[in-house]
Amino acid sequence: MNFEVIVENLPKLLDGALLTVELVVFSSLAGLALAFPLALARCSPRLWLRAGPWAYIFFFRGTPLLVQLFLVYYGLSQFEAVRASVFWPILRDAWWCALITMALHTAAYIAEILRGAIQAVPRGEIEAAHSLGMGVWQAQRRIVLPRAVRIALPAYSNEVILMLKGSALASTITLLELTGAARTVIARTYMPIEIFLAAGVLYLLISFALVQVFRLLERRLGVFAC
Amino acid sequence: MGQPPALEVVDLHKRFGALEVLKGISLTARDGEAISIIGSSGSGKSTFLRCVNLLEAPNQGTIRVAGEEMRLVRRRDGALAAADPRQIARMRAELGFVFQSFNLWPHMTILDNLVEAPIHVLGLPRRQAVERAEALLAKVGIADKRDRHPTELSGGQQQRAAIARTLAMEPKVILFDEPTSALDPEMVSEVLGVIRALAEEGRTMLLVTHEMRFARNVSSRVVFLHEGRIEEEGTPDQVFDNPRSARCRQFMASHQ
Repeated sequence: MNFEVIVENLPKLLDGALLTVELVVFSSLAGLALAFPLALARCSPRLWLRAGPWAYIFFFRGTPLLVQLFLVYYGLSQFEAVRASVFWPILRDAWWCALITMALHTAAYIAEILRGAIQAVPRGEIEAAHSLGMGVWQAQRRIVLPRAVRIALPAYSNEVILMLKGSALASTITLLELTGAARTVIARTYMPIEIFLAAGVLYLLISFALVQVFRLLERRLGVFAC
Repeated sequence: MGQPPALEVVDLHKRFGALEVLKGISLTARDGEAISIIGSSGSGKSTFLRCVNLLEAPNQGTIRVAGEEMRLVRRRDGALAAADPRQIARMRAELGFVFQSFNLWPHMTILDNLVEAPIHVLGLPRRQAVERAEALLAKVGIADKRDRHPTELSGGQQQRAAIARTLAMEPKVILFDEPTSALDPEMVSEVLGVIRALAEEGRTMLLVTHEMRFARNVSSRVVFLHEGRIEEEGTPDQVFDNPRSARCRQFMASHQ
């Protein structure tokens, strides 16, 4: 085992790790923001409101993240209209493409987690809100959603960890995040065991940190009191 | 005539599919009356109570609270729904409801459970809502539980907190839906004690219950429901000791 090569290339790997953390944190937050309206519409009794999110979730859950990355990064640039549009400075950038795709992808999963949580809020608690004079939206905002968020949190933390691992796919569209950085270092040093081991440890550290953050959040929100 | 009755229900019908659960129930509660509704399970007592504040959609009938009539429209499935969301919200706030299963919100402290609706429905300033909540918690005997979460309380304490939450809205009428049926036997009396105190204060209330002795001691009037109809109605002595209908006599014989 050659530890020198690990120490030598650690700055590169750490740069990659930073990019990985960026991708995961931003895409998880953007995905969460996107998931709320999706989940609410998905719970609607109205078919026309339900249909859109259903199709969205069907597509993004039903196809691999890798295919979605390729479609956005390589696919969109095929269209002259896209290249001519104001979005081109963003869509030609691999970082933005990865971030957008990951956010859209994880939003579908989070929306399903939230939908399940919203529907798991006991009926009696909603009836209590109504019986005290809350309207449908007020009960939704003040009781159902805060309750659903607590029910959904453990599953959401799981989804964020999955996205951490999923972010490795961003290396296929030229991004030098942790996996990408490791592969470029290996291409020069021919030391796959050492470098992948180091990358693996860094992934472990990141997921450990994420788990701690969620544990704190769960305690703060009193998830276990419910 | 004087002032209108606190609660007036006229000819209430409710169907679940082909099954008619309520076959025209009329009931008037004047100010300060405590009316117990008794009957075997399946007689429609709980459904009736839930229809009064529209937790269940009735198929026919009129509901007035302090003279104000609930505006209803017919839905596509034939049941009645509130015509005006604002009116139903306001009228529900005037009709306190106490559930069999308490239904406190588990993610909030007891105090937050009590101030939630007064602040966000009545628009009370937080300080005033907290003062009111603390007074009510003291009244039902759980002032020390204000910062606890519902799951940390016993069933009896939870139900007392739920009653306090209802009282925080200062309702004109309180509807109790079998408030002690989900409780362990040793906790029943602490909840009944709170309800009795409310009756003695002259609160207007409807109480669906299986506690016959309590119904007899506390209510000003007792209503016996059978298969969706009022079979017998009168003072406790009259209904418990001299029921006119055979069904009521039968029911009393098996419950005493």
